[in-house]
Amino acid sequence: MEAQSKQPDLNGLECVYEAPGTLTDTPLHYCPGCGHGVVHRVLMEAIQELNIQESTIGVAPVGCSVFAYHYMDIDMQEAAHGRASAVATAIKRILPDRYVFSYQGDGDLAAIGTAETIHTANRGENILVVFINNAIYGMTGGQMAPTTLLGMETTTSPGGRTIETAGYPLKITDLVATLPGVYYVSRNSVHSAGAVRHLKKAILKSFQFQKEKKGTCFIEVVSNCPSGWKMTPLEANKWMEEHMFPLYPPGEIKAPK
Amino acid sequence: MTVSDVRLMKGNEALAEAAIRAGCQAYFGYPITPQSEILEYLADEGRTRGMIVLQAESEVASINMVYGAAGAGARVMTSSSSPGISLMQEGISYIASAELPCLIVNVNRGGPGLGTIQPSQGDYFQSVKGGGHGDYRLIVLAPSSVQEMADFVFDAFDLADRYRNPVLILADGALGQMMEKVHFREYDPKDHTPTKPWATTGKPKTRERNIITSLHIQPEKMEQINLHLQEKYRAVNAREVRSESFQTEDAEFLIVAYGLAARIAQGAMEHLRSEGVRAGLLRPITLYPYPTETIARLAEQVRGVLVVEMNAGQMVEDVRLAVEGRVPVKFYGRMGGIIPSPDEVVCAVQEMVKEDLAHHAEAY
Amino acid sequence: MVKGTVSFDIETCKGCELCIEACPQESLQLSPQINTQGYHYAVLVQDNCTGCINCALVCPDAVITVYRETKKKGKVPVATISNVSEDITVTIDERK
Repeated sequence: MEAQSKQPDLNGLECVYEAPGTLTDTPLHYCPGCGHGVVHRVLMEAIQELNIQESTIGVAPVGCSVFAYHYMDIDMQEAAHGRASAVATAIKRILPDRYVFSYQGDGDLAAIGTAETIHTANRGENILVVFINNAIYGMTGGQMAPTTLLGMETTTSPGGRTIETAGYPLKITDLVATLPGVYYVSRNSVHSAGAVRHLKKAILKSFQFQKEKKGTCFIEVVSNCPSGWKMTPLEANKWMEEHMFPLYPPGEIKAPK
Repeated sequence: MTVSDVRLMKGNEALAEAAIRAGCQAYFGYPITPQSEILEYLADEGRTRGMIVLQAESEVASINMVYGAAGAGARVMTSSSSPGISLMQEGISYIASAELPCLIVNVNRGGPGLGTIQPSQGDYFQSVKGGGHGDYRLIVLAPSSVQEMADFVFDAFDLADRYRNPVLILADGALGQMMEKVHFREYDPKDHTPTKPWATTGKPKTRERNIITSLHIQPEKMEQINLHLQEKYRAVNAREVRSESFQTEDAEFLIVAYGLAARIAQGAMEHLRSEGVRAGLLRPITLYPYPTETIARLAEQVRGVLVVEMNAGQMVEDVRLAVEGRVPVKFYGRMGGIIPSPDEVVCAVQEMVKEDLAHHAEAY
Repeated sequence: MVKGTVSFDIETCKGCELCIEACPQESLQLSPQINTQGYHYAVLVQDNCTGCINCALVCPDAVITVYRETKKKGKVPVATISNVSEDITVTIDERK
């Protein structure tokens, strides 16, 4: 059956929010309720508001967001798994007046890409690193990530992650924040309107800092994986607040006074 | 820079100097013996003359930086030696699939594994048959002198741009370290810079966004990409084969060797000639595309072929494919970083001559 | 109260319910109907929307457009007492 969209009565009303034109028309392939969609949208809103669509280049990772370039209407490069920040480094070195960002998940940034992540930050490359942390490998079917919580069930930590087998959850953002070349580190989420507003601010700040050549900006978005966690989106967000936020608390971790 | 001059230089440094003159905009690399001089020369001289030179945290990071820079439209290169080139294989496969131009230099050392820092030709298979996954090929140039270490850099960048393909210069530790006269050709990079409308430089309103990727999930699309790459390689095979012949016109016995082994074989060949053996030498310059037709033609003429390599026998397989059983193909090689002497090659050819005489005597 | 409304690109909505949770007016529900993707899509079920855009902010698929009434320019309501008597009438005069 075809669903008909009911046109709202717009008598005297003006549009106060619509999807940014910097998102393409392609419907997102992400699972219902996945945080990726919100972050994509907020990133593209920021790029539209700052009017930098023509001078922004993004680097997509390997992971659920490997097709980010289908949705973001900017020049983009697809990087090998873990290497997005190295690719972004080179683009920024070649084109220093463009805005360059990498967009990576927890496997890409904190497992296979750990060396590139640390060294890009250590060199203080003038890029924005967007780190989506949902403590699981979504695309490949729900395996454990370096950021998976102790006791958290995944396909490669059946019965829950244990210290003996897998060590501790890796607080990569806190490691990165200690590096002097890193100028701004923020941990955000997208589970509520307020959180989304904070993320948008952090992204806008980061692009401003990039323009001012202040160093690496690093934004971790603590996010959900309803499919991998085997919950509804609403349940997943509640679980995230209850279990992920204590270990990965949102807030500005490193910011100029 | 268009002034030409002659200098006495080390192979690695001549290659690096040529890169600067060829207008290479960026170099990303990591130290490894016996090629660290390339990185060092560029970190000093290159940076002074405007090149972006970054010592990356690993070869893995290096090759991915090359990918990013090439995708952003830059003339870019990296260099390493055998184990480091192994680390780069994934990145090379991505670069070839995304059709990005770049130069990769392998200063081959002894292997396998961590091996030795002495020269070797053990990376022929890796270079020519693909060390990375999938149906891609590298254009491979094999210098055999310091002069060619410089010359091939200009050629490599031009080939890379012409075909939007990575190009590999396959040198070895001896070529990298030895010092010889080198003359740099007149070359203005501005005359060799094609426009790159596909590069990610930030999309203006006048065009759709550019995407650099090697991901094509639909098999129909992936097949199209592969067919396109194969067509490109056919064009490369039709137009870019290069080799050098020494006294092959009347040769009865042919030596085939590349790089340093060819210089040694040349000395052996001259000695054999002085002893009355009609030996000739074919030196492939492009290892891909391979001078298959040239060797096939010579196989009609000669009575035996000796392939000389500094490995366990790799290029010899391509020679056998070209010869197609017409005449015996023998192999002589040293491994582990040992350089064969001309005398050893002379002995190997004499062996082949003796066998050939014996074989023909039997026939009667 | 400020008046607003929302519209949904119901073909793209995946029925994740995050907007329903985010709406402070509890004005959103999932429709009993499904779209061609098979998802129950979100719909506005009350007319007390204030156009606060919370729903649009949390939507992962950017399906929501939000409208809000504009401030009426220069029309300030003024109350005058016209008669001082038993029957007091209050007139609201909308001055230009």
